[in-house]
Amino acid sequence: MSAAPAYSEDKGGSAGPGEPEYGHDPASGGIFSSDYKRHDDLKEMLDTNKDSLKLEAMKRIVAMIARGKNASDLFPAVVKNVACKNIEVKKLVYVYLVRYAEEQQDLALLSISTFQRGLKDPNQLIRASALRVLSSIRVPIIVPIMMLAIKEAASDMSPYVRKTAAHAIPKLYSLDSDQKDQLIEVIEKLLADKTTLVAGSVVMAFEEVCPERIDLIHKNYRKLCNLLIDVEEWGQVVIISMLTRYARTQFLSPTQNESLLEENPEKAFYGSEEDEAKGPGSEEASAAALPARKPYVMDPDHRLLLRNTKPLLQSRSAAVVMAVAQLYFHLAPKAEVGVIAKALVRLLRSHSEVQYVVLQNVATMSIKRRGMFEPYLKSFYIRSTDPTQIKILKLEVLTNLANETNIPTVLREFQTYIRSMDKDFVAATIQAIGRCATNIGRVRDTCLNGLVQLLSNRDELVVAESVVVIKKLLQMQPAQHGEIIKHLAKLTDNIQVPMARASILWLIGEYCEHVPRMAPDVLRKMAKSFTAEEDIVKLQIINLAAKLYLTNSKQTKLLTQYVLSLAKYDQNYDIRDRARFTRQLIVPSEQGGALSRHAKKLFLAPKPAPVLESSFKDRDHFQLGSLSHLLNAKATGYQELPDWPEEAPDPSVRNVEEEDLSLIETHVGLLGEYTEVPEWTKCSNRDKRKEKEKPFYSDSEGESGPTESADSEPESDSGSDSKSSSGSGSGESSSESDDDDQEDEEERGRGSESEQSEEEGEKKRRRKKKKKEPEGRGENSSSDEVSDSSSSSSESEMTSESEEEQVEWGSLPPRTRLGQARAACPLLTPVPPTILFQPPSSKRTPAAQEVSLLDLEDFAPPSVQPVTTPTVMSTSLAADLEGLTLTDSSLVPSLLSPVSAVGRQELLHRVAGEGLAVDYAFSRQPFSRDPHMVSVHIYFSNSSETPVKGLHVGTPKLPAGISIQEFPEIESLAPGESATAVMGINFCDSTQAANFQLCTQTRQFYVSIQPPVGELMAPVFMSENEFKKEQGKLTGMNEITEKLTLPDACRSDHMVVQKVTATANLGRVPCGTSDEYRFAGRTLTSGSLVLLTLDARPAGAAQLTVNSEKMVIGTMLVKDIIQALTQ
Amino acid sequence: MIHSLFLINCSGDIFLEKHWKSVVSQSVCDYFFEAQEKAADVENVPPVISTPHHYLISIYRDKLFFVSVIQTEVPPLFVIEFLHRVADTFQDYFGDSNVGDTLPTGQLSNIPWRRAGVKYTNNEAYFDVVEEIDAIIDKSGSTVFAEIQGVIDACIKLSGMPDLSLSFMNPRLLDDVSFHPCIRFKRWESERVLSFIPPDGNFRLISYRVSSQNLVAIPVYVKHSISFKENSSCGRFDVTIGPKQNMGKTIEGITVTVHMPKVVLNMNLTPTQGGYTFDPVTKVLTWDVGKITPQKLPSLKGLVNLQSGAPKPEENPSLNIQFKIQQLAISGLKVNRLDMYGEKYKPFKGVKYVTKAGKFQVRT
Repeated sequence: MSAAPAYSEDKGGSAGPGEPEYGHDPASGGIFSSDYKRHDDLKEMLDTNKDSLKLEAMKRIVAMIARGKNASDLFPAVVKNVACKNIEVKKLVYVYLVRYAEEQQDLALLSISTFQRGLKDPNQLIRASALRVLSSIRVPIIVPIMMLAIKEAASDMSPYVRKTAAHAIPKLYSLDSDQKDQLIEVIEKLLADKTTLVAGSVVMAFEEVCPERIDLIHKNYRKLCNLLIDVEEWGQVVIISMLTRYARTQFLSPTQNESLLEENPEKAFYGSEEDEAKGPGSEEASAAALPARKPYVMDPDHRLLLRNTKPLLQSRSAAVVMAVAQLYFHLAPKAEVGVIAKALVRLLRSHSEVQYVVLQNVATMSIKRRGMFEPYLKSFYIRSTDPTQIKILKLEVLTNLANETNIPTVLREFQTYIRSMDKDFVAATIQAIGRCATNIGRVRDTCLNGLVQLLSNRDELVVAESVVVIKKLLQMQPAQHGEIIKHLAKLTDNIQVPMARASILWLIGEYCEHVPRMAPDVLRKMAKSFTAEEDIVKLQIINLAAKLYLTNSKQTKLLTQYVLSLAKYDQNYDIRDRARFTRQLIVPSEQGGALSRHAKKLFLAPKPAPVLESSFKDRDHFQLGSLSHLLNAKATGYQELPDWPEEAPDPSVRNVEEEDLSLIETHVGLLGEYTEVPEWTKCSNRDKRKEKEKPFYSDSEGESGPTESADSEPESDSGSDSKSSSGSGSGESSSESDDDDQEDEEERGRGSESEQSEEEGEKKRRRKKKKKEPEGRGENSSSDEVSDSSSSSSESEMTSESEEEQVEWGSLPPRTRLGQARAACPLLTPVPPTILFQPPSSKRTPAAQEVSLLDLEDFAPPSVQPVTTPTVMSTSLAADLEGLTLTDSSLVPSLLSPVSAVGRQELLHRVAGEGLAVDYAFSRQPFSRDPHMVSVHIYFSNSSETPVKGLHVGTPKLPAGISIQEFPEIESLAPGESATAVMGINFCDSTQAANFQLCTQTRQFYVSIQPPVGELMAPVFMSENEFKKEQGKLTGMNEITEKLTLPDACRSDHMVVQKVTATANLGRVPCGTSDEYRFAGRTLTSGSLVLLTLDARPAGAAQLTVNSEKMVIGTMLVKDIIQALTQ
Repeated sequence: MIHSLFLINCSGDIFLEKHWKSVVSQSVCDYFFEAQEKAADVENVPPVISTPHHYLISIYRDKLFFVSVIQTEVPPLFVIEFLHRVADTFQDYFGDSNVGDTLPTGQLSNIPWRRAGVKYTNNEAYFDVVEEIDAIIDKSGSTVFAEIQGVIDACIKLSGMPDLSLSFMNPRLLDDVSFHPCIRFKRWESERVLSFIPPDGNFRLISYRVSSQNLVAIPVYVKHSISFKENSSCGRFDVTIGPKQNMGKTIEGITVTVHMPKVVLNMNLTPTQGGYTFDPVTKVLTWDVGKITPQKLPSLKGLVNLQSGAPKPEENPSLNIQFKIQQLAISGLKVNRLDMYGEKYKPFKGVKYVTKAGKFQVRT
């Protein structure tokens, strides 16, 4: 729309006399005569038969509507044109009709026949638009016509029209809710629609009309899951949100696992195991075992939902990402929820409104699942340019994420924030410090000292907020802080903020024994200013007076009486009330005095310290991402997120009879495959399958469930049978049934079968472990089982061999077992002993022992910390936290420097690992079994209560070229014990991560090792001449040169060499000139030379040259080295 | 879902309204104005406001508020995302002032994001790899936080139904990627190739993040000394910028923006290069530096006049730096090749790289 028509209405008015029949219309009810006339020119234009004039008139009218001007008096003139042939005019007439039909119902009826005709138009666009307008004009009299139109459109051959029908349903429902039953029928019909275009719209209609009819979803559940990725973004959000609710009613909680296992009677385990052994014949046995709770096995449909939504975390739409995130938060097993963190952090780069909503949700999530966002701590750091509301939310998240390990960093950040110009934000920061202090005992005193220093801040708000927070902190240990209370008492002269004054008075009263001399004096001053104080302060003055009267009546009796008399005549009835009440309590009266004898107990009872907790705590009882969650109040139309059921409802309701779901694949793959383009169709079904067979994500967090069986649907009867039988058998039989389908599916079926049975094996082992603690028999049978399942699959010999060893191990004492293991496995023999059992305490550094884990319910008892942290903490913590002062204290950057390449890195956090913590380090020793491999030291430590058994590397899914030499299985790791193992990884000269599973008898953890580029090489020793000769061969493209400036700290020979060799595993090459440094190495896999020259000139200027035919390695190496040298 | 939409300009006029259901009176916006007044700053208007009968969800874009009226539960991000798309569309449509006579027609094609029958005489496909460095540098010069936020924007003018695949030399660099819906996700997962049938015209193909794990190069350093004397009405300001890890490329378009404390009345500075402005009302200092030539590093020095009698500011302001490096993607990301299938003609292809400062802040 151009701007011109918007103004042109004003120039009307000259044309002809006002027509009286519109004058009576109150809607146009202008008092000014010009109003009667002003639309006459438009009417004239509409009455001509020139389309261009009509169009111009309609444009002006629509512009009026858009600006909120009343154009209702034009209704008759406009409605005549509803049958206009010109499509542009028609569109605008529709816009007008939708706006005014409700006001002029009788006239609107004139247009209905046009729409009815439109509904039969051969053009699908016209059919759809006729339905859209018909359903948008809110004229109750046409409800039957709308109903009919919707029903007809629902079976239109055009999916676009069907989509419009779905849109019309909620409109009709809001006009006349009596139509519900009929509409549900249409919804049911449309839910069965197989096109992506309709899916989102009909689920929307379902949500608005009949969200309680969850039964309508059953048969469409799998279809919706499978279509999801191809549905448009808006539909995805609606479907995901609905499916979250659905899953909560139909599946079992994936986190109830442990608790269930403990409760379970023994029989159930054996029962289910026998099932498997006997095969399908054992239905009865399983039925008998059923009354006892079934062990948890994730319903394949539950898994299907998780798997199919995961790729959408990479949607460009923030709403979709959030929808998937909340789905994972509410439905995924604990170990898998972590994947959403990265995507949510990404949204923080988006528009500030998006940030606002995302941060609210992250704040709630981070209370429950702190570990998930910990790696992204720095993404929540606050910039001075952030809007205050964003700052405060980020602060909330930072506070939630603070723990023993990162608190120094967090507090140092807070220290910068305290000096912000944004005072609301400073106040929030002070609150945050208070919360950190209560949650993390170790830093309580440091925080308190910092806050006390803030009391001398110039800004009164800062001081006031500090007082309030200090008050809360002091309540935790008042005895030690008499000095602070005195300090605060002095502040009453200066501080005016009521809340702060009230807090100080309360403190003095409560702990008057710590300030026996000052307290009466404070009361005296307060009595003087009583009438001028705010109400909250007055109440606290009364309170203080009462407490002092009880402890020190000699000095304060008169003062108290004075205060009470003032209060008695106060304007505020609360204060009058309080005064009367207090007087009765403390002043012994003639009659009873029973109360006053107990007054001391009443006033000076020990009071529990307040708990400083997040306002986001427990907000997750609202579905995340919802409006209700954001407002922390139930919004109209909010559908409660139901609790998980105790018993899973019958899963067979989701079985769809015969239909081949492959037929409903649409032509278009939004994010999926586009089947019509020759290039891809050539790679045909087979290739497609292959693609599918691979796990969706090549990186670690993978599917532990059956990968394929759910996708291809258990079409056959056996599928449904097995569903209803005990859960453990189901996956296998359904994938077997797939085998019958097609030949090339067979392979795939096998794959999933073995994977699944292995998983089942895992489960069983875990169960067994829980009950039968370490002993032999259980272990034997479990390993039997494993070898059974692996023999059915196409596992390599190597694996089954080691499986056999496992059987032997069970019957031997630990020491000999080790020897045996090496002897039995030829590959393992030449290695020096790699498993080092260590006594539990030896690994813990003293610093880590001091750590008191206060209030960290997420954490298991203290275990081995990653080596770097405790030492860093102990050295710099004191310095860092030396008060949150406002002086320009110099900051020690030690914490910020990257972990050196040889340092230990975390592979598995002890929380994620359920007590098993695993670190790794690149040892830089040659890996003797395979010179192409990087040797990686793995450090295990068990901080759980139970021994971790059978630690080994499970089937790695590696990118092409990368291979792994596993470490020998660690048979058992007692609680508190640590062990080290060595494994080799051939990274194939790339920094791709090696993803593999770390398996225990009970669990599998997906872990990933990504090498810094410097670890992909080994030093070689060469002479200066050789070096120059080789360098001469590697010029041009193979040479990368970069200039840099060496900081002062890094100009000594020693530092340069140290930094370079710490970053890259290279050997020093002797060099004639003093300012030149040379290093040489070879990449491990291809043995390509990597030559590095650093030419340091005076004043820090330097030039770094890397020569290598591996250009990518060269580039990355340059980057890393520069980073190391310049930091 | 969305009941009504109001567009409000910065002087508080409701200049456009649209109702999808029955008409909601403009007076509902009063709640919004109230919140706006309370927030003082446009940025701090809460995006979601609860009123007795409605919920208002709003966004602020280009000095306009888009205020939507909601009556029932709906994911707030759904509405926010929608409003931003509306704003995007307005920008597209009104952006280049020649507004068409006909409204774009709805079209049905097999591919929702591409119209059928596209024809060009010159077939071209351009990709802009734009990387922004987000960083927080502390006062001692060390990097507190840094990451690279990249996007690939495409301008595709190709006839017919071209099917493109774009591959990278080093796709593993991309840490976290979000895709335009046209991209085949599985192909990316398995081969790290972007395969897609593009929409016609300009669109954002992917956004990605290269996180601090892979150590981000910081192309500039800033030396600064800003001090305010106790009990005096002046202070000193001295800022110098120099190139750091710039991969041998020129750093240009440098601008330094500083929000000075409220007590600063005026600033008398001398730049060795470029020009500066200080707005005494908003207290914003802007120094337009231009290019860095390593021989002579640009600096801005001088005196700061403070309100007399006021206590000296407690905080030194942080410096927000803008810069641009042409022909460089700082992460090292390189496009390997672009292949086209499905059409016979040979398109003209081009890739451009540029690195910019994103939210680049130096604490002083």
